[in-house]
Amino acid sequence: MQIKEYKPLIVAFCCNWCSYAGADLAGNNRLNYPAEVKIIRVPCSCRVNPMFILRAFQRGADGVIICGCHPGDCHYTSGNYYTRRRMALLFSMLDFLGIERERTRVEWVSAAEGAKFATTMNDFVEKVASLGENKRLEDLRCKR
Amino acid sequence: MNNKMQNLRDEIILRSGVNPSKCMACGKCSATCPAYNEMEYHPHQFVSMVKSGDIEPLLASDSLYKCLTCFACVDRCPRGVEPAKLVEAVRLAAIRQQGANHLKPDMVPDMLDDDMPQQAIVSAFRKYTK
Amino acid sequence: MQRIGVFVCWCGSNIAATVDVQAVAQALKNEPGVVFSTDYQYMCSQAGQDMIKEAVAEHNLTGIVVCSCSPRMHEATFRKTAAAAGLNPYMVEIANIREQCSWVHKDIPTGTEKAIILGKAAVAKVNLNTPLTPGESPVTKRALVIGGGIAGIQTALDIADAGFPVDIVETKPTIGGKMAQLDKTFPTLDCAACILTPKMVDVAQNDKIRIFSYSEVEEVSGFVGNFDVKIKKRARYVKEDLCTGCGACVEKCPMKKVPNEFNLGMDNRPAIYIPFAQAVPKVATIDPNACNMLKNGKCGLCARVCTAGAIDYTQKDEIIEEKYGAIVVATGFNPISMDKFDEFAYSQSKDVITSLEFERLTNAAGPTAGKLVRPSDGEHPHTIVFVQCVGSRCENCAEKGKEYCSKICCMYTAKHAMLVRDKYPDIETYVFYIDVRTPGKNFDEFYRRAVEEYGVKYVKGMVGKVSPEGKKLKVQASDLLNNKQLNIDADLVVLAAAIEPDKSARPLATMLTASMDTNDFFTEAHPKLRPVESPTAGVFLSGACQGPKDIPETVSQAGAAASKVIGLLAKDKLTGNPCIASSDENMCNGCSSCERVCPYGAITYVDKEFRMPDRTTKVRRVAQVNPAVCQGCGACTVACPSGAMDLRGFASNQIIAEVDAICK
Repeated sequence: MQIKEYKPLIVAFCCNWCSYAGADLAGNNRLNYPAEVKIIRVPCSCRVNPMFILRAFQRGADGVIICGCHPGDCHYTSGNYYTRRRMALLFSMLDFLGIERERTRVEWVSAAEGAKFATTMNDFVEKVASLGENKRLEDLRCKR
Repeated sequence: MNNKMQNLRDEIILRSGVNPSKCMACGKCSATCPAYNEMEYHPHQFVSMVKSGDIEPLLASDSLYKCLTCFACVDRCPRGVEPAKLVEAVRLAAIRQQGANHLKPDMVPDMLDDDMPQQAIVSAFRKYTK
Repeated sequence: MQRIGVFVCWCGSNIAATVDVQAVAQALKNEPGVVFSTDYQYMCSQAGQDMIKEAVAEHNLTGIVVCSCSPRMHEATFRKTAAAAGLNPYMVEIANIREQCSWVHKDIPTGTEKAIILGKAAVAKVNLNTPLTPGESPVTKRALVIGGGIAGIQTALDIADAGFPVDIVETKPTIGGKMAQLDKTFPTLDCAACILTPKMVDVAQNDKIRIFSYSEVEEVSGFVGNFDVKIKKRARYVKEDLCTGCGACVEKCPMKKVPNEFNLGMDNRPAIYIPFAQAVPKVATIDPNACNMLKNGKCGLCARVCTAGAIDYTQKDEIIEEKYGAIVVATGFNPISMDKFDEFAYSQSKDVITSLEFERLTNAAGPTAGKLVRPSDGEHPHTIVFVQCVGSRCENCAEKGKEYCSKICCMYTAKHAMLVRDKYPDIETYVFYIDVRTPGKNFDEFYRRAVEEYGVKYVKGMVGKVSPEGKKLKVQASDLLNNKQLNIDADLVVLAAAIEPDKSARPLATMLTASMDTNDFFTEAHPKLRPVESPTAGVFLSGACQGPKDIPETVSQAGAAASKVIGLLAKDKLTGNPCIASSDENMCNGCSSCERVCPYGAITYVDKEFRMPDRTTKVRRVAQVNPAVCQGCGACTVACPSGAMDLRGFASNQIIAEVDAICK
């Protein structure tokens, strides 16, 4: 039996105005972060429905991170405040279900913080990798 | 600022609950102080000297006991710095450090006069002794 | 089923060096819906774009995925290409395999694997894309300016100058605002009336501008380009079109003991009044709280002396309804109340006054005809103490003062002290300051002149107590630089009171769904790059309603707001962003959750008739999104408990498809 090296699967939701641009800046500056991070663009972090996060876990993601503009800097004035509240609730529910807190995160990354984006992702992937595979929420019927 | 002074400063800040960094140096505390002329160091100086850790002169000064604790400065300070509480904390530091009381019982008879209410002596004892 | 074409870009070696582009193109070929897949050196070049156009025609494509650089770079380019090829531009999705793949990963297998996954996610999304067309709405080519001070006047003049009609709504009987009450203006010391009143006359004579004075905004509905506004024109009991402003009624009115608000109550006016000689409109107004005729029907003298027959005791409030394309808020400021500052004895002594009262006291048209005297006894003062930062920069006294710096006080106090010393060199002037803040063109020079040429005594320190003693005011203050406590016998104390937004601003902001900060100043759409626009589309900000401002700054902001309004009104119709929220009326249960989270007030509820399965009809309350106002943030889509609300272009099923593609 061959043991496959474990690589976590990370889904990152990035708001179009700050964090997606921050990720682009990380690219422009060639700041490396693990390829396990896959970015999905959303107009605002408040577009991220908790359902999307549960879906990702169900489909086998090991960690989900949501990046938005810094509080007070939201392109839509108040979207990231909604994110902050909604995710606090969702994460405590996930905690209750036994999903480790480290698997989920909300980070504020501005369009100028390419370096912060890269370090955040490095740190997050490392944390999630140390937790190992996400089994608890994974829907085994989705397994190939 | 040496280590000892740093510790003392932190202790005074902790004990008084006053944050001297909030001071914007308007001087309204000293402007409003009724005991101003009696004092060597004035309320605004207490704030700035504690902030910079220059506490030794304050400990040695008589100004500590001139403050009436009337709280006019606390009331009027636009930044909520509360200089009177800071003076009180320095006073406590002095009393604790000296181990000696500013007012000793045998000093009282000489100070007595007919106009002074007994209550004032009692409160002076409270304020000037451990 | 979509017919999708995949185009993988090399970006020279930018992508191709770390991603095996051919392998990506090959892998994506087998994805559902993909009928064509290729790669090319520079997809964004003319040749690359032509390649896309040809492929659309040849393979009858309905959707396009471009694996290339960031969509922030070339999404617009490829959307144009799609449109040129006859596709809906919103049928294009970009997989970002440069900034977020080839540039951040080092080895080819990793890069290629990730690029394929990103490509798959984009394909999954395009499979669910629907053609989108931006909504269009007409623009009413008329602007409303709320507030008739210098900000409102300048904005209105600039908009009218571009040829658009403007209405000014002003609560007072005349336009002119605070500037009309000022004496001189810093730093040039020209008289405020001399530079303001010609502008007021320009407003009155401009046939594009209508003035609704003594009026207020009652109700605002609608959205950018299409506001419906109700304006309440309060009864002034004088027919505006007939009154000539001759002033006969004012002279004859027997009720002469009404505090004159234009002079801040420092003298009295009759019950029928014209605020000041150069008022615009120059029309008398009857104060219903003071007029005997209106209160108990006994008098009627003004009607008898009015040769124009303009007096009308039966006049009623009137509601005017008008449509506007843009609204400019110019509600301005007021000095804060000094009643709570007991230490300065403002309410105990008439000789303690605010700076605005001082302006009236030195104004040639003021209560003393410009003669500087003590308000209490009319005597000449010998010592004047100016106190700065009264109520400004106050952290702990929220119920008394304001946390911010009021910005204008340093300069006007320097002006006051300088003018006093210029006119009456025998008067000693003290200015107590915490900091002197004079940034601005020729501002610091002005302050230095007050000190060096005019001998104004600036003292670093604050006044702690003012106590009236006999005819004098005992001022106890600190001189921090000399470490002294000063005791000054003053004749007059002038308080530089902090300024606050006008009280009418808060209800107005609610009507406009425009946001405000904790101090009730209107917030701008972006503090640096969009300083004259409110986050609410079609609402613009002018003057001190947005933050403390002096006259030059107000005028330049007024002009900037006007240019934004002109830019909006010059359009015949507004094209919106098609990526907006929309509600499925069959699923909506009318709970109002979405309405509450919408930062733009774009969602309204309507009662709509629905046909039920049993062929009856039922009226239900459902959400409707105004496409002209929605900015497409998506907050409502998550708030919606029934899943009726969705965001076009970023639909829930599209994002889930992306999640699935990534996690597969």
